Amino acid sequence: MSERMIINTTINGEAMEFMADSRDSLLEALRDRLGLTGAKEGCNNGNCGACTVLMDGRIVNSCCVMVAETEGSEITTVEGLEKDGQLSVIQQSFLEGAALQCGICTPGFLVATTALLDFNPHPTEHEIRYWLAGNLCRCTGYDKIVRSVQDASERLAGVKS
Amino acid sequence: MQDVKYVKPKTLQEAVSILKDNGPTARVLAGGTDIIVMARERRRDTSLFVDIKAIPEMNGIHLDESTGLTIGAATPLYLCYRDPMMNQRFPSIVDSSSLIGGTAVQGRATLVGNLCNSGPAGDSIPTLMAMEGVAHILGPNGERDVPVVDFCTGPGRNVLELGEIVVNLHFPTPRPNSSGRFLRFIPRNEMDIAVVNCSTNITLDANNVVTHARLAIGAVAATPLFVPAAGEALVGKALTDETIAATANACRDAATPIDDMRGSIRQRKHLAYVLAERTIRDAVHRIRGEHTEWH
Repeated sequence: MSERMIINTTINGEAMEFMADSRDSLLEALRDRLGLTGAKEGCNNGNCGACTVLMDGRIVNSCCVMVAETEGSEITTVEGLEKDGQLSVIQQSFLEGAALQCGICTPGFLVATTALLDFNPHPTEHEIRYWLAGNLCRCTGYDKIVRSVQDASERLAGVKS
Repeated sequence: MQDVKYVKPKTLQEAVSILKDNGPTARVLAGGTDIIVMARERRRDTSLFVDIKAIPEMNGIHLDESTGLTIGAATPLYLCYRDPMMNQRFPSIVDSSSLIGGTAVQGRATLVGNLCNSGPAGDSIPTLMAMEGVAHILGPNGERDVPVVDFCTGPGRNVLELGEIVVNLHFPTPRPNSSGRFLRFIPRNEMDIAVVNCSTNITLDANNVVTHARLAIGAVAATPLFVPAAGEALVGKALTDETIAATANACRDAATPIDDMRGSIRQRKHLAYVLAERTIRDAVHRIRGEHTEWH
């Protein structure tokens, strides 16, 4: 039988202690136990990237992480990208660039882009497309997403506001 | 998800005894990018995840010039391809590591996980073969070393016995004037299963004569395939269009692929030839310090 576990993690900057089941994925715990429904369940097998979150600074598919593995780690979900009601620069770029249609993939793209620009502030288009290859969007055709990432990169560098 | 428990041992011995005591439904968890999905989809009966990431011996990349390179079983792919030493000394392992899955998968998935899945199209396995990789295994009956060329026994099957676990991969220190290259053919640019893949490891002497060569190909047989005849066609010879063609022919001849949705037998045999030729030429470019395309 699976077992109840108490998990201690930092989620979006806040220390959290919560009860979970040993068979819960991180995605299930975020959505069903903590009410953080920003990360989406798309494929539930690691192909689509809709459930992307940051775990100790790296992006992971939260459907392919057991919540038990997150003990002591730092998780950032899309809910943690805005600060005091202000969208992050990347969120603002996606919004203004219309880099979304149905929006299901968007939380994953925003989290993955946050990690990309943190690691590589001035990526080439090629690097952007490879980094985001694990995030699928069936609406936009990706061009507006790539352009919004480039826009965010320029804004963060202070090239434009 | 199945009714699964979770345990995170801190020592190798603890991990081995947990695996032995809990039988075949206890599954090793490192990156989890395959085993969690297989457990959820009930393709593997799973009662217990044994998370090996807290075991010190399972982590990290260490090069000792006299004894060689060791990569711990829990070391994620991104650490392999971001490591400057790996880029300089083991570029074909960097090629393979940066082609498996997308960024989120590479943050978790491991070379040893790819090996233990033993898929015929596994994108690291030809490279581990070409680089003379050896799997260091610990089990209830002690330790043993199995060369990667002998590790896979069929699609999804390998030499591991109940309770055994791969602790790390070991590679000899690269010879002077040597390099490697891995390429795979897929119909798009990323995130796909290889139609065919190929890895070459080659050493030249000062006169452009090949002193060592190892080639392995994937997705062309029930297991990834080390092709000794391909290397033998090059060793002792100067690199010319003719010797490269003889080597690539050996890869095409060794390939015994199937027809499926990804490719036909004829296409796959042709690709074995083309990728062998390209990986040799790229590896030579790398030996000479010339630029090669990223993918």
